[in-house]
Amino acid sequence: MFKFFNPSKIFLITSKAPKYVMILFVMVFSIGLLEALIFSPEDYKQGDSVRIMYVHVPAAWISLGIFSSITFLSLCGYIFKNMNLFLIAKSLAPSGLLFNIVALVTGSIWGKPTWGTWWAWDARITSMLILGLFYLMFLIAWRIYEDKEKVLRITTIITILGIINVPIIKYSVDWWNTLHQPASINILSKSSIHSSMLFPLLIMTAAFVLFSLLIFLMKYNTELIKIKNKGLDRL
Amino acid sequence: MISEFLNMNGYGLYVWSAFLFTFISITTLFLITKIQYVKERNKFLSKFGALDSKKAETAKSQIINKEILSSNQFI
Repeated sequence: MFKFFNPSKIFLITSKAPKYVMILFVMVFSIGLLEALIFSPEDYKQGDSVRIMYVHVPAAWISLGIFSSITFLSLCGYIFKNMNLFLIAKSLAPSGLLFNIVALVTGSIWGKPTWGTWWAWDARITSMLILGLFYLMFLIAWRIYEDKEKVLRITTIITILGIINVPIIKYSVDWWNTLHQPASINILSKSSIHSSMLFPLLIMTAAFVLFSLLIFLMKYNTELIKIKNKGLDRL
Repeated sequence: MISEFLNMNGYGLYVWSAFLFTFISITTLFLITKIQYVKERNKFLSKFGALDSKKAETAKSQIINKEILSSNQFI
């Protein structure tokens, strides 16, 4: 089942892929910026401040998506004793944390003109902050623990505990009275966002996905070279 | 017209600072990741250079080592 996850085979792809992903990212990001800052209309209520949505929302989506992926990979890695899945999870975490921070900061900037405050201990914002703490704990655990078995166990526990927070983030705006607006985009039902705003939002999401992929590839290659460095010492 | 675009009906400061923060963040993460990669690769190259010919042949027979040594690397 995990023959596909053979690092030697993966490295043949991951060592060459960053160049193409980088080119694609620059192209998609440039189109996304043009759409978000120039071509998309202003909101009838929020005016031009709505443009912050084009970085805030994709960042939040990707942060949640990456954490869910990390949990799945860590869990599978632990059950099937596959170290490579842990390496993939570890390589995904930095971009997940980065987009978590971007979502929090841009949300705070958007909050000032919209709500009149930079920060509120609102359910959605607080649960996003907690997700950031789980990302930090995950990355710090990889740094501080030397024992391989211990680090795999601890990071898996962190992700399992952290994943409980993901549905809380998603449904916090429905479960509690929050300053944060409810979701405008629904996969299963009709979205309340106009296509002229949905299009740039999806383009920016694609750009951020490509950036996460680029960072993942670079990080994963670095991790494999680290392992190979240890291998040379043993020769 | 440019000042109108930059001002964004009074929201310019908020919009530009949000986009600028995002841009700086992704550039910083890219550079940090690149530096880490280059550092590890250089370490590998110097360790590989210190191997005797027999050990170097053994190391070179592994796919990943061969790839690291090739000049096709983008970053």
